[in-house]
Amino acid sequence: MSMKYTKEHEWVRVEGDTAVIGISDYAQSQLGEIVFIELPDTGKTLARGDEACVIESVKAASEVYAPASGDVSETNGDLDTDPGKVNEDATGEGWLFKLSLSDASELDDLMDEAAYKAYVEELG
Amino acid sequence: MNDQPTQDLQQTPLHALHVELGGKMVAFAGYDMPVQYPAGIMDEHLHTRSAASLFDVSHMGQAFLHGEDAAKALETLLPGDIQGLAVGRTRYTVFTNDHGGILDDLMVTNLGDRLFLVVNAACKDADFAHMERHLGDRAKLEILEDRALIALQGPNASDVLTRLNADARTMPFMSSTEMDLNGVVAFVTRSGYTGEDGYEISVAGRDAETLARTLLEDADVAPAGLGARDTLRLEAGLCLYGNDIDETTTPIEAGLSWVLGKRRREEGGFPGADVILEHLSSGTERKRVGIRPDGKAPARAHTVIEDTDGNTIGEITSGGFGPSVGGPVAMGYVAAAHAEPGTPVNLMVRGKALPGRVHRLAFVDQRYYKP
Repeated sequence: MSMKYTKEHEWVRVEGDTAVIGISDYAQSQLGEIVFIELPDTGKTLARGDEACVIESVKAASEVYAPASGDVSETNGDLDTDPGKVNEDATGEGWLFKLSLSDASELDDLMDEAAYKAYVEELG
Repeated sequence: MNDQPTQDLQQTPLHALHVELGGKMVAFAGYDMPVQYPAGIMDEHLHTRSAASLFDVSHMGQAFLHGEDAAKALETLLPGDIQGLAVGRTRYTVFTNDHGGILDDLMVTNLGDRLFLVVNAACKDADFAHMERHLGDRAKLEILEDRALIALQGPNASDVLTRLNADARTMPFMSSTEMDLNGVVAFVTRSGYTGEDGYEISVAGRDAETLARTLLEDADVAPAGLGARDTLRLEAGLCLYGNDIDETTTPIEAGLSWVLGKRRREEGGFPGADVILEHLSSGTERKRVGIRPDGKAPARAHTVIEDTDGNTIGEITSGGFGPSVGGPVAMGYVAAAHAEPGTPVNLMVRGKALPGRVHRLAFVDQRYYKP
């Protein structure tokens, strides 16, 4: 399945029952150089909209929210030593965490690539 | 994102140049200012420490204070020795209130026939009103609305400015002089807000872009925004008014006892002198210190500081990532008993206690010009 996006600039890619989650390229460009990422603990149960992790850039701290409910099944440990991966490749190697989805239908109303692109353009 | 609509924001004389250079503009103290350029805060910061950067600080307030008794009159509002300031010399000082708190920090230069003042952008209207209200007929304030202020900072700043005027080379730290810079009449002070050697250059607004372009043509110089200005001053242990000092902090708590002139300590006669001189002689309950988190997570302003037993001992007032340090740095106030560098503390970030240590205020060596 292709990527879907939230209004908070997270992206979601579903692989079976698992959703891979990160922030969009637009989001990383707005944050600037990322220096630290506080990832969720593996096994943590998140409800849709819960704060899942915190991304610290040189400028400020920003929260990343769970786009759907589920249990954290894996986090991107490479980001502990190299958080700048999110700047370099936000939608690839800069993924943040994976969720075992409890209700995949929660993702139905997210934006597809084209809708997100239009949304970002509207933000200027 | 900007809360303030752009059309309500003021622009400095360099606004068009910022936009042309790709500056990311944000609202700051009522001005539309570049927080960074395409290079980014990290590179702009590191370039300042290794070469030279140009900062637009035209949003700051500039004014002359005229009158034979201007220095004496100004001393009624601040604890610095202004009457003892030699012609061509600049001094850092603070306006105080009756409780010994700080209303603003500022630079005062003695131009011989008048004083030249540079105050913070966010405080300038209040500062100027405060001066006019209290100085009355003893001194005449002339607010310089049409002047720009350009900071050139970094170890190569002296080489850069000397290429335009040889007088720049040997100017003492905290001295000021008028000089011609490629046809632009500039009032230059050897000072800054980065911990590096450098200059602050006051020019007529109409000359600002010409001078800025001349400086940027030099291969050593890159533009830097407010983001880098903040990380540079934080690493250098310098206060940001509104964060690290305000109406509730005295100069002594803030570690700024050196702003009190020797004569002023003896004579008093400035707002809050009773509180400030008592703090000076008896010590304070809290002190401004540097804080170095052990890990990688930054501890930002308003983070609670605890001792290792879980007692609250203070609060971070500025914190973030220090590009030259390569890790998080912060400053804040702690109870005096915990103010010694090396004292272990816990920083309460998002409900977790992150270990850190008290550090001296500066995280980098200040490299001001010494002949």
